[in-house]
Amino acid sequence: MADSSKEMHKKEVETPEKGEMTRARRIYTPAVDIIERKDDIIVTADMPGTDEKSVDITLEKNILNIYGKVETVIPEKHTLYISEYGLGDYQRAFTLAEEVDREKIQASVKNGVLKIILPKAEAVKTRKIAVKAEA
Amino acid sequence: MLWSDLERLGRLWDPWREFEQMHRTLPKWASQSAIEFPAVNVWIAGDTAVITTELAGVDPQSIDISVVGKSITLRGSRDPEGLSGDESYHRRERWHGQFTKTIEMPFNIEAAKVEAKFTKGVLHISLPRAEAEKPKKITVKSD
Repeated sequence: MADSSKEMHKKEVETPEKGEMTRARRIYTPAVDIIERKDDIIVTADMPGTDEKSVDITLEKNILNIYGKVETVIPEKHTLYISEYGLGDYQRAFTLAEEVDREKIQASVKNGVLKIILPKAEAVKTRKIAVKAEA
Repeated sequence: MLWSDLERLGRLWDPWREFEQMHRTLPKWASQSAIEFPAVNVWIAGDTAVITTELAGVDPQSIDISVVGKSITLRGSRDPEGLSGDESYHRRERWHGQFTKTIEMPFNIEAAKVEAKFTKGVLHISLPRAEAEKPKKITVKSD
């Protein structure tokens, strides 16, 4: 069994970030991991059903917005026998606390997992100051 | 239900609506922790069933599917991301670990004909009904 301390099932967005959608679609909050490294921040989000073409990422001021559109595939002429999860798009927004080098943001999707690399802007990279021993 | 009834009413058969309706009838608790991970949707049409499950980031090579009689068992895992010295988690919500789930079908499965494909982090398995079990058509002879 997978780690039970985590919320493993899809969570529907209670109030969509940017108002309601015109299309009647469910929107889910993807589970994310955010890792800070020395020179960058990595955002990883589980968005099964999306690929590099269906994910939209915007950075406006310091709000990082992620939207993943899911093409729902319903097998033709089949009827639903067991339904344990819902289908819909993904949306989530984050406020970035640190200054990010906008030109160098990279994003990729593999097996339904979105990975965004946000390089820190030069100014905020922690500089290591060498301490010299006094002569 | 007769297909002609539907046509008479001028309504097209909409699987999406059907899905939404069924999903909404689920009690809140059922859509949460009571469901064993990973959550599955099962679709049936006559002698075939289709199972879909969302397994983002799982290596398709590591997914193990086994079929016995009416039941199908899925096994797999996803490793946590290892951190090196100066890295730290700000948020950690994604699942990791191993999972096992057995799903019971309403018919015996033809194990040799089970097909599975993994696209965009979604696993699709098609399960045909066992040949021996399929209803036989009997023709009525007249004298």
